[in-house]
Amino acid sequence: MRQIAVMVGQRLALGLLTLLAISILIFGATELLPGDFAEAVLGQSATPETVAAIRRQLGLDQPFWVRYWAWLSGALQGDFGASLANPDRRVADMIGVRFGNTLFLAGYAAAMAVPLALGLGILAALWRNSVFDRGVNAGALTAISFPEFFVAYVLILWLGQSGWFPTMARVPAGVEMSERLWRTFLPALTLTLVVTAHMMRMTRAAIINLLASPYIEMARLKGVSPLGVITRHALPNAIAPIANVVAINMAYLITGVVVVEVVFVYPGLGQLIVDSVSRRDIAVVQAVALIFAAAYVLLNLAADVVSTLSNPRLLHPR
Amino acid sequence: MGVATLLAVMAGVVLGGAAAAWLFRAALVALSRGALRRSLRGAPLTACFGMLVIALYLGVAILAPLLAPYGERAVVTVQFAPWSADHWLGSDHLGRDMASRLIYGARNTVGIALATTALAFMVGTTLGLWAAVVGGWLDGALSRAVDVLMAIPSLIFALLLLTIFGTSILTLVLVIAAVDATRVYRIARAVAQGIVVMDYIEAARLRGEGGARLIFREVLPNAAAPLVAEFGLRFCFVFLAISALSFLGLGIQPPTADWGSMVRENATLITFGDVTPLLPAGAIALLTVAVNFVVDWQLHRASGLRE
Repeated sequence: MRQIAVMVGQRLALGLLTLLAISILIFGATELLPGDFAEAVLGQSATPETVAAIRRQLGLDQPFWVRYWAWLSGALQGDFGASLANPDRRVADMIGVRFGNTLFLAGYAAAMAVPLALGLGILAALWRNSVFDRGVNAGALTAISFPEFFVAYVLILWLGQSGWFPTMARVPAGVEMSERLWRTFLPALTLTLVVTAHMMRMTRAAIINLLASPYIEMARLKGVSPLGVITRHALPNAIAPIANVVAINMAYLITGVVVVEVVFVYPGLGQLIVDSVSRRDIAVVQAVALIFAAAYVLLNLAADVVSTLSNPRLLHPR
Repeated sequence: MGVATLLAVMAGVVLGGAAAAWLFRAALVALSRGALRRSLRGAPLTACFGMLVIALYLGVAILAPLLAPYGERAVVTVQFAPWSADHWLGSDHLGRDMASRLIYGARNTVGIALATTALAFMVGTTLGLWAAVVGGWLDGALSRAVDVLMAIPSLIFALLLLTIFGTSILTLVLVIAAVDATRVYRIARAVAQGIVVMDYIEAARLRGEGGARLIFREVLPNAAAPLVAEFGLRFCFVFLAISALSFLGLGIQPPTADWGSMVRENATLITFGDVTPLLPAGAIALLTVAVNFVVDWQLHRASGLRE
């Protein structure tokens, strides 16, 4: 038990260190510009007064580390400063509700995608080289190759036009859960279709990889049914690679929401970052990028911990 | 459309594709000689279909001005004209010919994606092989830097950089190439690490070779096979990333004909049940599927994976 706590603690510390490096990178990227950001944003319309105003707001008259420290300590307390495009609005207020919406959409898609992918992967491994296996594999390879907006518009055309599901995923505050699930079904389904393929292929590969080991042959010889061999004997040892690929795809979901939110006009963080990029509102982009990156790092950390726990040998590195 | 007709159409498309792929393979086998012929004979139909599609796209991209009935940016008719004999696929939101823009899009979208992938590969491979050959502190420093860069989701990182540098085709190419070069670096370094411990590399070092000569003359030729397969995969990612950014209005800017932005500009038609805006998206999807099919075959061959 102590070893596990130490291991989790070490991974957490490493994750925090990574996050710190990422925050320096996200905040410091503006330093890459020749000249400074105020001139670059204003471009042709730069007058000495407007440049000075933006400089003051971004604190560009102060050294980098002072600005970075002010930004980081504010961010840790949930305060990301004021929006650059609209100085009356706080970035934290713009993010607030949208963050919850994005988490809801990603969670909804994950709840559909993970069981589907694991089920299909196990079945494909069970009936490998059958028509089912080949069909699912070719389908998965095709689905991986589709851009998200293609999948989204095909679904709109097919399910949305027939009136079964709304094509605009606007969610008014205070609607019931069932209503909310129904309204956001199409964006969630789009995300599900996009991430399922990769998870399913990896699940199948991880299980098939194990089927050649002697202990599986032993289980077969003693008369365990094919399904039993896979679920009782192969699956527990395949948890590590499967947990990894699930985490990678959850992390992918977080960035995948950007395009899907724009297609379905869903009020989430993805739409906010896209709007802010075209307005060059660096304060909002930095805040959202930091949130996405933190989620990404946390998910990878979780996968790391799960795969170490699933394999006791990894707890005792030589 | 009923489910039965939908299934019939899908079956027809699959059968048609398989037949075209079979014919294409027969033609390739007849035209080639030696080892190439033997490997082509064993190619699965999916890979042949992929090669056929890639060849078609290249043909369209190169011959675009000859094939397109109208100019890329010319406004030739009313807005959102329906399909007709004059305008095969109707017109877009400004009255430009949809079919012509689709054809020019092959040149612009695929060309920019190819250039970006090539740039990412040059930077990523050079740095990766360099790190593996030199080792030590250089390898450590480069690898830690890449680790941090890769801990940020690529689309988000690209969005951050586009905010700072603004949106133009040049910044788009540089930004995506920079983001993808980190992924190429990882692969190139991993491949090269298996190679630099070989005896012939040591012999080359003892001969006095070093630096660029060692990297490009000794290591690179032996790392080429996995890197070529990675190039195909990486092209798919870059192509999808550029299309997604263009779709979001942050990539290739109008009036250049580009598949991603064409979908966005004409998306309103979809709500009226018109499939025209899906054609550029489908063109993106088809090319990515084709490249993936070919890469899958090559990876399968290279790994000798047999169950």
